[in-house]
Parts: sequence; C-alpha cells; structure tokens
Amino acid sequence: MLLFTLKRLGAGLVLLFVVSIATFFLAHFAISDPTAALLGTSATPAQQAALAEKIGIDQPIMVQFWNWFSGVLRGDFGFSWRNFQPVGEQLALKVPVTLSVVTFATLIIAVVGTVFGVTAGLHPGGWFDRVTKAVSVVLFALPGFWVSLVLITWFAIDLMWFPAVGYVPLDQSFTGWLRSITLPAVSLALGGIVAVAEQLRNAILASNRQDYVRTLRSRGLRQRSITLHLLRNSSPAALTTIALMFVGLLSGSVVVEGIFSLPGLGQLTNQSSQNGDIPMLLGITVISVVFVVIVNLALDLVLAWLNPKARVQ
Amino acid sequence: MSATTLTGTLDPARARRSGLFRRFLRKPAGVIPLAVFVLIVLVAVFAPLLAPYDPNYVDLAVAKSPPSPEHLLGADSTGRDILSRLIWGTRTTLWGALITIVTAVVLGVPAGIAAGYFGRAFDKIAMWVSDALQSVPGMIILLVVAAGTRSDFVILMATVGVFMAPGYFRMARSTTLMVRGETYIDAARVSGLTNTRILSRHIIRSTYAPVTIQTALTAGIAMGIQAGLQFLGIGDANTPSWGAMMSEGFRVMLSNPNILLWPSLALGITIAVLALMGSTLAELIQLRSPEAKKDRALARRARKGAPGVAVVTEEEVRPEPPALTTGTLRHIAETSALRVESLRVTYGTPAGLVEVVHGISLDIAPGEVVGVVGESGSGKSQTVFSVLDLLPDGGEAHADGIWIGGREVTRLERTRRHELLGREIGYIPQEPMSNLDPSYTIGHQLTEPLRKVHGLGRGEARGRAKAMLERVGIVDVERVLRSYPHQISGGMAQRVLIAGAISGRPSLLVADEPTTALDVTVQAEVLELLRELQAEYGMALLIVTHNFGVVADICDRVVVMQHGDVVEEGRIDELFAAPADPYTRELIAASLDDADGRAELDAAWAASGQTEAPAPGVEQEPRAAASGITTEANR
Repeated sequence: MLLFTLKRLGAGLVLLFVVSIATFFLAHFAISDPTAALLGTSATPAQQAALAEKIGIDQPIMVQFWNWFSGVLRGDFGFSWRNFQPVGEQLALKVPVTLSVVTFATLIIAVVGTVFGVTAGLHPGGWFDRVTKAVSVVLFALPGFWVSLVLITWFAIDLMWFPAVGYVPLDQSFTGWLRSITLPAVSLALGGIVAVAEQLRNAILASNRQDYVRTLRSRGLRQRSITLHLLRNSSPAALTTIALMFVGLLSGSVVVEGIFSLPGLGQLTNQSSQNGDIPMLLGITVISVVFVVIVNLALDLVLAWLNPKARVQ
Repeated sequence: MSATTLTGTLDPARARRSGLFRRFLRKPAGVIPLAVFVLIVLVAVFAPLLAPYDPNYVDLAVAKSPPSPEHLLGADSTGRDILSRLIWGTRTTLWGALITIVTAVVLGVPAGIAAGYFGRAFDKIAMWVSDALQSVPGMIILLVVAAGTRSDFVILMATVGVFMAPGYFRMARSTTLMVRGETYIDAARVSGLTNTRILSRHIIRSTYAPVTIQTALTAGIAMGIQAGLQFLGIGDANTPSWGAMMSEGFRVMLSNPNILLWPSLALGITIAVLALMGSTLAELIQLRSPEAKKDRALARRARKGAPGVAVVTEEEVRPEPPALTTGTLRHIAETSALRVESLRVTYGTPAGLVEVVHGISLDIAPGEVVGVVGESGSGKSQTVFSVLDLLPDGGEAHADGIWIGGREVTRLERTRRHELLGREIGYIPQEPMSNLDPSYTIGHQLTEPLRKVHGLGRGEARGRAKAMLERVGIVDVERVLRSYPHQISGGMAQRVLIAGAISGRPSLLVADEPTTALDVTVQAEVLELLRELQAEYGMALLIVTHNFGVVADICDRVVVMQHGDVVEEGRIDELFAAPADPYTRELIAASLDDADGRAELDAAWAASGQTEAPAPGVEQEPRAAASGITTEANR
C-alpha cells in the first residue's frame, strides 16, 4: 500500500513537473512582449527596456527558466511583474477563496448527485428517472454563469437570503463565509450534479443486474442493505467523475468568481493574463496542479480501498 | 438522402446504420431537436440575409428600447438591434463550436483508435497525455493563450478543442477495445486481413455513432465555454456573440432584463437540442442487457413458431386461458414443503408477451429431494426464480398457487413474501464466483443476513458463520472469513454459498445447477455435501440440473422439463428403469455417454483426495478446497 501511494505520488510529481515546464514555455511564447501589456501603449521604449531589465526578460529564455524553476523548488514563486509583490503571498490570499467555493461545490455535487443517481438507478424508467433525465438536459444546457445570474436575482436581490457579491473569510465569520460562498458554489455545482447522477445511475443499473444481488436478496436482506451493496460497487465510477469535476471547477470558476466578485484565483488569473504577468500565471498554474495531484492521489487511495482486488496486489 | 428508401438494401452494416437514423427520426426526442438544430444552422448560414440591421450599427436614440416593430426584440444599451446581433451571434457560436470539435476529433479519435487497437507503449503514452490534459487547469491555459494571441478566436476555440480531445480519445479507445474483443475481428485477422483493412472496415465504422453522440455533447460544452470567455470580455469586440451580449445584459440586468434574456434563451435552447439529440441517439445504441437479449431471442423464436414458446397477447393471458397444466402433484398442499400449481412465466418483449413456462405443477414433501431436469431454455431456472419471487426485470409469474411450508404465498404482499427468503427458503445459485459480492469479505457476506435478518449480535453471527463454514468442509475458516471472493477458488466459493443458504436454517433449499460451474472432482464433493446437509437438517431440496448423473446421485423423485412444460415425472428408480417420454430417454442416454455417473465421480474424487497424482483427465484444481485458499492471493 505504501509502495502504491509512493508510485502515485511520483506520477503526480512528474505531472506537476511537465505541466510547469509546458506552461512556462507556452506563456513566454504566447506573451512575447509582456512589457507592452504591463506598461500600456503609452510607454516609451526606454521605459520598456528598463522594465525588461528589471523583470529579467532580457536574459536568454533558458536562464529565465532556470531562475524561475530553481526558485519554485525552494518554494519561491518569484515576484509579480505587475506590482512586484511576492507571488506566493498573493496566492496565499486568493487560494482559500477559490478552494472554499470549489470544495463546497464538489460537496454539493457528491451529495445531490448520489441521491439522484441512486434513486433513478433503482427505478429505471420510473417517474423519478424520467424527471431527472429531463432536468439533466436543462441543467446541462444552462451555462454556470447564467445560473449565477438567476440565483443572484432571486436569492440575493429579491429574497436577500444571501449576499450578491463579495467574500467573507472563514476566520472572520463562519456563517458569513458560508453565506458568501453558497450561491457561487451552487451555480458551479449544478452542471456537475447531472454528470455524477448519470454515472451513478448507470453504474447502479449495471450492478443491480449482477447475480450476487439476487443471491443477497435470497438471503432475505432488505432493499436498504442491498442499496448499500450496490452503492459500494458503483461508487468508483462516480468518484472518478467527482474528482474530474473538482479539477474542472478549479479552473472553471473564473467566470463565476467574476460574477460574484470573489477575490479568488479565477479573478487573479484573468487580471494576470490581461496584464501579461507571467510569474503570477505560472504560480497559479503550479498551485492548481498541486491541488489536482492531491485530489487524484486521494481518489486513487479511495478507489484502492473500495476495490479489494487492487488493494491486495 | 431519404432514409426510408434504404430499407431494402442488402449491405447489413449499412442497413443497420440507416436503420439507426430512421429510428432516431421516429422518436419525438430525436426529430424535434434535430429540426430545431437544422433551423439554427440555417439562421447561422443565412445570417447576412436574415438580420434586419448591421449588428454593430449604433443608434443611441433607441438605446435600451423595448421590442417594437422596427426592433422586434428591442435594442441593447448602446442602441444596437438585439435581433440582428442574435442572428450574427448564432454564426459565431456555431463557427466556434465547429473549430473546437474539428480540433478535438482530429486529435482524439485517431489516437484513441490507435491506442485501443495497437495497445502497448503507444496506449500507455497516449493515456498519460490524455490524463495529463484532464488534470491541467484548462481555463488558465486558455487565458494565457488569449493574452498572447490578442484573443484570436480561431486559436482560442482550437485550444478549447485540445482540452476536449481526451473525451474523444477515451471514447474511441474504449469502443475500439470493445470491438477488438469481438470474435469476428479475430476471424478477420485469422483470414489474413491487414490491420488497415480491419481498422477501416470494422473498427472505424463502429466509432461513428459514439463519436456523433460525443460531438453533440462536446458542442454544447464548447458553446458554454465560448460564451463564458466572451462574457469575461475575451474576444473581438466587433464580433457579435451571445456571450458578449449576455455580459452586456448582465450589467443592466435589473433595469432591462430583456437584454440578458434573449442571448440566454438562444444559448440555452441550442445546447439543449444538442444534448437531447445526443441522449436520444445514445439510448438507441446503448448496450442491451443480457435479459433484453434473451427476450429478443425468445421473441424471435416465438415468431418463428418454435415449439415451446408461445407469444400471447395481453388479452389472451387474462382472463386465464383454459390452462393445460403439465406435471403431477403428489402431496397435500398444507403439509408439503413446496407446491407449485400451474405456474406460468411470461416476459414482456417488443413482440408482445412471451411465455416461457406454460403452466407447470410440482410439489415436494418435507425432507424429500426432487430434481428438475431439462436442457437450457426448458424453463427450469425460471421456475426456481418464480418460487423465490426473484424473476429478472420484465419477467412475471402467474400461478394458481404457490405453497411454501404449507402456506399459500402468491397472494401475500411482496415484502411479506420476501420475508420467507433466508428464513423458510435457502437458495444456492449456479455460478459461485458471480454470486458473491466482490467488494465485501466472505465474513461480511455471511454475517450480514444473520445480523440484519435473524437479529443475531455481531459475535453470535460470526460464531454461526464459522460453524457453518466448518460444517461445509472448509478447513481454514478464519482465513476464509477474512478473504474476498477473488481470493478463493470456485469450489470453495460454492461451499461458502451453501453455508450462506443453510445458515438461516431453511426448511426448503432451492439449488439452481449447484455443480455445473465446478470442476468434476469438486462436483462430487459438493453433491455429497448437499446430500449430507439435506439429511442432517431434514430440509426439502429442489435441485435443478441438466445432468441425470446428479439426479441419479441424490434425488428421490425427478421432474423432466422441456420447452416450458413438464414432460415426465416419477420416482427416480422407476423413471430410470422405464422412461416413458422419448425426451427423457434422450437425456438419460446423453448423461450416460459423456457426463459423470456416480461411480466415475467417486473414482475421480477418491483419486484426487487420496493420491498425489490426479486421475487421468481430471484437472488438479480442486485440492484448493481442502487446503483453504488458492494461491491467487499469494502470487
């Protein structure tokens, strides 16, 4: 088990390494002249040259890469080209916001998706299954940001249950924090619920046809116990989807963060890309991939725990 | 191309495909979204003709004006005609989705087919790249690309396509893997077809439908992402787009909801029709369940007029037809262990109701052992499942009466009837491995019913499970209890299932081909065990088999079934001495020819148990039954 964990961790580090390198060169290749973006169109060539020297882009690309990469290995993400603050400090401010919203959204997806998927899967073709299917199409068709707009109008402006915009840090007030991330999390979650419910429904349906389910019934077990067996055997598919959702939401929260004025990674990404602030973009990428690696590792461990065959080997 | 004119073509693969399209069109959930989508495409193509105004023409005088004859949907906050922008935005949306899809298909599908077909290193590398792409925060890369290319629309949408490619890759790969496993591909390879021919003739063709479905869904997602980017202000300000319109509408959402409404509706409807088309198509080509296949086979046989299967329409079934019951009842209902009166089993199929058991009767006295013999498809297992009330989906049992332990149960509520399971009735299935839940330990599977059905405490249940396992001849009980099903042998799994069946101390034990899936030597041991247990607990035993050797071995009485009818019934010695029905004679003869008579089984058993070398022709697997656990787990 330890070996398995180490192997998966190693694979994650390789991924982190490859993605970091790829993003570094992609960013430097795509944003060929960051000084223009940083200083605006009114800057003189002299100003541009001065900035170029200050941020080090007059050096060969490999030197720049080494400077950056060796820094990252030491845990130093460098300085923002925009305001010359350390990237790490700014990330530390923004990450909790995005992580709160995305984690809450993933939680909603997991719980609601499971309830819907199991109910629909146990009675395929029944009214709940058909309603779920219809709702699925609707939810799939509505982009998350559009849902955000409706949620804001109803729950924040008309009913005033939740704040329309802004973020309250967790250490300031728990209820304030929860209220500030509820609407964004719900709008992020809606699409994912559909995917998880669908996965789980089909997995439950397939498990329900297995011989051992009939045998369990023949032993006199009630539906509730049978459902637990079905859920245990169907959960790998759903968990994999949930993990993928988390990854997707991590970077997909940009628009929703914009709508709800949440000072998270998404907003930071958007600003940094418009400013040509490459160190900041690289820092965001690295930190995002770190979360992805952690989630994938956790997924692998849970899947191994769920599947006795994988565990024994 | 008219799909209906193609019905008569001779090429089966083509007919299948055109048939798929026709079935798609026949469904309202297929044809309506398709029509709407075609309309949307037409709007995009003829945008220059349809749009009443230049989409970028600013007329401040009509800014934020409500719908009017001049501006059918009103004007936006800078006075541009909403309808015209909507029509031109359709073009942008579809064009962007097209770029995304082409990129994703070109990158994903060939790679997926190659990975699935050739496997090995290419598969590994491609899988890694695909997984990596799914782990990369795509939106960040998109924004970097947007910043670097000054939001070049084509490059941005193609980048979205790169991130969509893993979906196609996985789909093409799994489809290829599935097709590759089919026997006809082996046949093609053996007959000397080259890889290229096999790929182009068989495999690529089978990816059409999945690719189409994936495309419908991907297009929807791509449109959502596109709108999201435009909403963020990424993209050319002079290109009218739904996302940009929504962004603008968002700012004046409260005062002028109209401006936000129209692009939202357009986007929602477009994605919805795509999703509907995709899911309808998917429903049409979904893998059928084994039961559905069986049903279709039955229906086909029924249409051909095969003996023993009758198609009956709803009206014919109820009111009850003048039932010709086959079989013999020998005991008084109230004192019998099991009594089945005129049982019919039907399955609902597209061709109507198909009857697979045509009114059979049989009974068992307490302590009696009755064999039900017949070839596969004779209705034996259906009879067993009807007794248990655990018929597969779509199956229905009608009987004049089913008595279990002297009690009529057909009129009981379903939950009441299921309370008999595990208490009055024990069930031993046919295939030991598939009848144990792979995710739970043997110990859990044995103790769960004891605790939840019989109300035993944890320790008590464990004690009972241990005793039961010891009773069925398992040596290393503690270890087996801790094992998962894949860690034990088939023979041992069957012993575990027998232990599970008898642990509720039932008065009736129903065994559905309990030895068929086992090795010859284990068969003998398991039969011996069943006989001992039956005698020890005084249970009535209903044993279903196609093997007269088994019948001769342990049964008091035998019921011979063919095509859903009972053709003969009698005491075992009488029936063997003078079989009345030709089918019975055939079955007995077949058993004596190639299957295992008692003497042979005994010899094989003795050989495997007492000497080191296995008897000739007997496989040496079953020693595992004695030694505890197969080596699988230790490998």
